[in-house]
Amino acid sequence: MSVTFLGMPADRPFPRNAARAVRDSQLRFNLRKATRTIRARRASVVAEAPDWAGLREAGRAIKEHTLRNLDRYLMQLEEAVTAAGGHVHWAADAAEANRIVADLVKATGETEVVKVKSMATQEIGLNEALLEHGVTAYETDLAELIVQLGDDRPSHILVPAIHRNRAEIREIFAEHMSGWGRPAPGDLTDDPEALAEAARLHLRERFLKTKVAISGANFAIAETGTMVVLESEGNGRMCLTLPRTLISVVGIEKVLPSWRDLEVFLQLLPRSSTGERMNPYTSMWTGAAEGQEFHLVLLDNGRTRVLADEVGRQALRCIRCSACLNVCPVYERTGGHAYGSVYPGPIGAILTPQLRGMGSELDRSLPYASSLCGACYDVCPVAIDIPSVLVDLRARARHPWPERAGMAAAGWVFERPGRLAGLQRAGGRLRRLVPRRLPGPLAGWTDTRDLPEVPRESFREWWDRTDGGRR
Amino acid sequence: MSSRDLILARVRRALAGVPDVEITRAYRGPSPAPGDIRLFEERVRDYRAVVHVVDEAGTAGQVARSLAGRGARRVVVPGGFPPRWLAAEGAEAVADDPPLSAADLDAVDGVLTTCAVAIAETGTIVLDAGPGQGRRALTLVPDYHLCVVRAAQIVAAVPDAVARLDPARPLTWISGPSATSDIELNRVEGVHGPRTLEVLIVT
Repeated sequence: MSVTFLGMPADRPFPRNAARAVRDSQLRFNLRKATRTIRARRASVVAEAPDWAGLREAGRAIKEHTLRNLDRYLMQLEEAVTAAGGHVHWAADAAEANRIVADLVKATGETEVVKVKSMATQEIGLNEALLEHGVTAYETDLAELIVQLGDDRPSHILVPAIHRNRAEIREIFAEHMSGWGRPAPGDLTDDPEALAEAARLHLRERFLKTKVAISGANFAIAETGTMVVLESEGNGRMCLTLPRTLISVVGIEKVLPSWRDLEVFLQLLPRSSTGERMNPYTSMWTGAAEGQEFHLVLLDNGRTRVLADEVGRQALRCIRCSACLNVCPVYERTGGHAYGSVYPGPIGAILTPQLRGMGSELDRSLPYASSLCGACYDVCPVAIDIPSVLVDLRARARHPWPERAGMAAAGWVFERPGRLAGLQRAGGRLRRLVPRRLPGPLAGWTDTRDLPEVPRESFREWWDRTDGGRR
Repeated sequence: MSSRDLILARVRRALAGVPDVEITRAYRGPSPAPGDIRLFEERVRDYRAVVHVVDEAGTAGQVARSLAGRGARRVVVPGGFPPRWLAAEGAEAVADDPPLSAADLDAVDGVLTTCAVAIAETGTIVLDAGPGQGRRALTLVPDYHLCVVRAAQIVAAVPDAVARLDPARPLTWISGPSATSDIELNRVEGVHGPRTLEVLIVT
């Protein structure tokens, strides 16, 4: 089976990545501040919606229904987009999607494209693939720009540069903007407004002259062929509106059956992701809008494999809001890079191993990147039961032999009451000899846990000795 | 086998024997009740946009004052914008006919439009390229957007707006000025879209 590419090398397991990340105090400070800010904002705008539970249930059901009829809705979408003057392409994997996009760009004769932030194109490593064809892709979302200029990797679905603070961003702009276009102003400060202004000036000319744009989409409406992109800065509108050719790479799970369904998702998504009643800009277009040439590339890249999984397929309901990242105690401490995928956090921990398969040590370790506290499930606007999928995935990866041996031993002891009582008596006598940390291959257990203290006598022994406390 | 057929076949194989689910819509759907003007005003202001409430007779005067206050001399006014809201004196109205280039749009001081629908609960205005709104680039490239909203266009919530809009038209939903939260998740107004949004509500 071929390994699905997810935009990042999967070379080291999560615990090793995490151990390194938590030692970075600057990173922890940045993450703590950012996730706390957004958690509070989300909580307040969600509390404001009296029918949130109803919206969430409808969101879950609409997505579930769509997935169960995905073939039909994809064909309907294709027909509607084509009827409205757009062109539809199908890509079975990342390589094919990249090839399709590269060919479309080359057909225009252009060597530069502007990009709207898109998870799908990050997932397939489109920028790197285009570069091999001599095409430079310019990221235009502020956070993506920070990541691209800093030769860095995204660490959050919504705010890819969440791991950077204002001082670091100033450094990156001052040092690297000149290599990509208009340099940063000489007197650039680390004031967020000054940084946003520098990005505006840096990209302005490029928006006005670039002829080809590449985007993803938040939703694609099967009934009407309408594509929907939510954003904040206006870089999306620039890319979607000004260039002559627009190419949108969209995962097959992004389709929604009807126009009306947007009444649910346009409430769920902004409140869950940026914690706003509504995001500043949403663009909707159908086919070739205002004379533009429009190409839709429908991407599988492992999604149909996830769809085949009874428990795991619910991960395809995800609308990439990132609320689960922002509440996750693990994500808050490790950041996104530790997950080794463009999809970090709780949703990444269930999506990545399913899309990529559990071949690597990293992918086998991801289902354990969680304390199973369930906060992700509570905030998920489409009610993905992430903890259940995590547990299901854990059961699939072969466990390390010390754990299997330990579980087999425990099973043998608990099988007969006599064995348990005998072991408890022995444990009570030898309690002084029990080490704080377990030796050898069992050390993995006590690396992150305290061993419980062994009591002098068991409850049963105490009961027999004292007649239930009466003696 | 084409990739289309391959993907569709994979989907069908994955779904064999999987039962469908029923969709319940236990949330506030579209309602005939008009949107609350005061709430719309408050919510637009929350995004740090400038809001004025005027009556029909006072609209042309407020449009002129807003443009003057901004120092906007050359302003794009799309075809179909009601002439009665344009004062005789003051700013020069630039037509998008023949269509202005992106560089032309970058050089004007602002854009003056109507809208298709406005949403009270979220403080959103929606443009559908109809009369007085023009193509999408007009409200994007200039740094200042002045939008006139008639009170009757204000609906209560998102479902009302979705029900009123036609998806065949290019739609732009605007909630406040261009903004970003990408730096430490602090909201900063003004990135690539208009940095100043001014809304006139005509009662």
